[in-house]
Amino acid sequence: MANLTVNYLGVEFKNPVVTASGTFGFGMEYNELYPIEKLGGITVKGLTLNERQGNPAPRIFETSAGILNSVGLQNPGVRYFAKHIMPKLKELDLKIIANVSGSTFSDYVEACKIVDASGVDIIELNVSCPNVKQGGAAFGTNPDTVFEITKLVKEAISTPLCIKLSPNVTDIAAIGQAAMDGGADGLSLINTVSGMAIDLKTRKPVFHNIVAGLSGPCVKPIAVRSVYQTYQRTKAPIIGMGGIANGNDAVEFMAAGATLVSIGTMNFKDPFTPLKVIDGLNAYLDQNGIADVNEMIGCAHPTGKKI
Amino acid sequence: MEHLEKYQVATANIIKMTNLCGTIYDVTVENEYLAKASRCGQFVHIDCGDEFVLRRPISICEVTDSGIRFIFDVRGKGTKRLSEKQVGDSLDILGPLGNGFAVRKGKSLILGGGIGVYPLYELAKQASKENPCDVALGFRTKELVTLEDEFKTKCDNLYIATDDGSYGFHGNALQAVKEKLESGAYETVYACGPLPMLKALKEITDRNNIFCQISMEERMGCGIGACLCCNIKVEDDGEEGFKHLHVCKDGPVFNAKEVLL
Ligand SMILES: Cc1cc2nc3c(=O)[nH]c(=O)nc-3n(C[C@H](O)[C@H](O)[C@H](O)COP(=O)(O)OP(=O)(O)OC[C@H]3O[C@@H](n4cnc5c(N)ncnc54)[C@H](O)[C@@H]3O)c2cc1C
Ligand SMILES: Cc1cc2nc3c(=O)[nH]c(=O)nc-3n(C[C@H](O)[C@H](O)[C@H](O)COP(=O)(O)O)c2cc1C
Repeated sequence: MANLTVNYLGVEFKNPVVTASGTFGFGMEYNELYPIEKLGGITVKGLTLNERQGNPAPRIFETSAGILNSVGLQNPGVRYFAKHIMPKLKELDLKIIANVSGSTFSDYVEACKIVDASGVDIIELNVSCPNVKQGGAAFGTNPDTVFEITKLVKEAISTPLCIKLSPNVTDIAAIGQAAMDGGADGLSLINTVSGMAIDLKTRKPVFHNIVAGLSGPCVKPIAVRSVYQTYQRTKAPIIGMGGIANGNDAVEFMAAGATLVSIGTMNFKDPFTPLKVIDGLNAYLDQNGIADVNEMIGCAHPTGKKI
Repeated sequence: MEHLEKYQVATANIIKMTNLCGTIYDVTVENEYLAKASRCGQFVHIDCGDEFVLRRPISICEVTDSGIRFIFDVRGKGTKRLSEKQVGDSLDILGPLGNGFAVRKGKSLILGGGIGVYPLYELAKQASKENPCDVALGFRTKELVTLEDEFKTKCDNLYIATDDGSYGFHGNALQAVKEKLESGAYETVYACGPLPMLKALKEITDRNNIFCQISMEERMGCGIGACLCCNIKVEDDGEEGFKHLHVCKDGPVFNAKEVLL
């Protein structure tokens, strides 16, 4: 049994496996199936300042080796989270990463302040949301905007902050660098890849919003590449995600530079995926005589540790 | 009472599988937990094979002594793959899921259309135990009329309708019992079927103030209420006038009065 403990942004995780925002609710549904305390941590559903009902149905569509989703951030709002959900989560022995979204700078800051006071371990800023004041382009596609929002939020909170990057950009490492320059403690990637599907019966877009977010095993190579490039450029502590289904996938992400790995879509296929990732990662380390999972982080890089 | 976990990932062996008619398959699987925990109107989420990222939701048709029975139609790749399974194969089943029908006292009507007939069988068994109960079932055509004999023993009156009039009443199941329903013969209606049928039913039960439970479908992710994908609109006093609930966790059975169809 190798050492699986990792430190991410000053927070100690009992193992590097967490769950991805929006795929795991607030953890309670999966806690019925297994004690989620076995995980390093969970990332909660994307929170916004005020409650949101989200997009009309359909919100999900299966593709080859993945899914498209268009949930539209349905959530009960940060105040409800702080008052009713966080107290329950605090009783569990695992780390809580709160994913926060907004549509204006001030929304983000206000929401983060409330989440900051609720006692979460890390705040993950979802900058893939449309910026309503700038024509609806995602915050996360412009390095200057990312710099600015990071700076504003960082100044307003004391919880460690990571910025969750959108892959729908030409140079994801540059956006990551902007976030780090703005004062982020770490990065998280990737969010969903912009995609779309057409209904064969109606010959119209499946989703009301026309475009939707692609995730699952089909995006894994994009995600591994994104983590590799971003780590190379920034050396930031990274939460890596995108299609992780087993321990070997986790090994790839960690070698590319991730400290934590996050499981999203594959929870739907097999709710036990995160536990299998922990076991698989551990088995990989044992089989390869690696005593500490931390040795793995970034080892694929020319500068990486020889193990 | 012993504590039951709500749902599990169960490995269940297929002990019976027949082609009921057309592309419709009738499957019985064995699993102690599913037998013990399943209730009428709930569903299971089935992993149809390695090539699928999403499971497929299928309603529980009957709770047997040793497991559950479900009946499904081949509609696409997942159900096609499921139809190729054989007796002796094992299935990876997440369930039982959702809130089923709440069986109420007094005279009831069970209304099913098309593939929506099958999720009502266990309900008919329960609802007819101590209370008077009528069943109305609609099918496209005579060849698809199924489970007639089984339902017959689980109700006082069974009405069968076919869209093309090739068997029983000419029309849909709702039309077959509309007059009786409007005359106030039933205290409760339970229904599952195509959206137009549910809409027409809701119009009647709302207008006549009849308690009506309907089983809903929507595209689904996790099946347990975590991903919030299978949303349906229900009435709400708040600003927007509606809120989104989720078929997998809040349903699939809803109070027809609250749902915005
Ligand atoms: C709560 C519930 C209970 C159901 N019970 C039954 C049942 O007892 N018998 C039966 O034959 N069918 C039932 N269905 C419908 C059944 O789930 C779909 O026919 C099936 O998922 C189609 O999968 P496919 O891969 O064959 O089709 P495809 O069209 O290839 O599926 C593509 C995707 O769309 C989803 N999908 C397609 N149609 C539906 C639908 N009508 N509802 C929800 N998701 C859909 C699939 O799950 C899959 O993710 C139920 C649906 C729900 C939501
Ligand atoms: C149904 C669904 C909902 C999601 N909701 C959010 C969200 O609220 N906030 C966010 O930052 N990412 C959200 N994501 C993105 C995931 O957290 C993750 O970044 C992405 O799906 C890639 O990982 P995966 O392939 O393992 O799912 C969502 C993904 C899915 C499938």
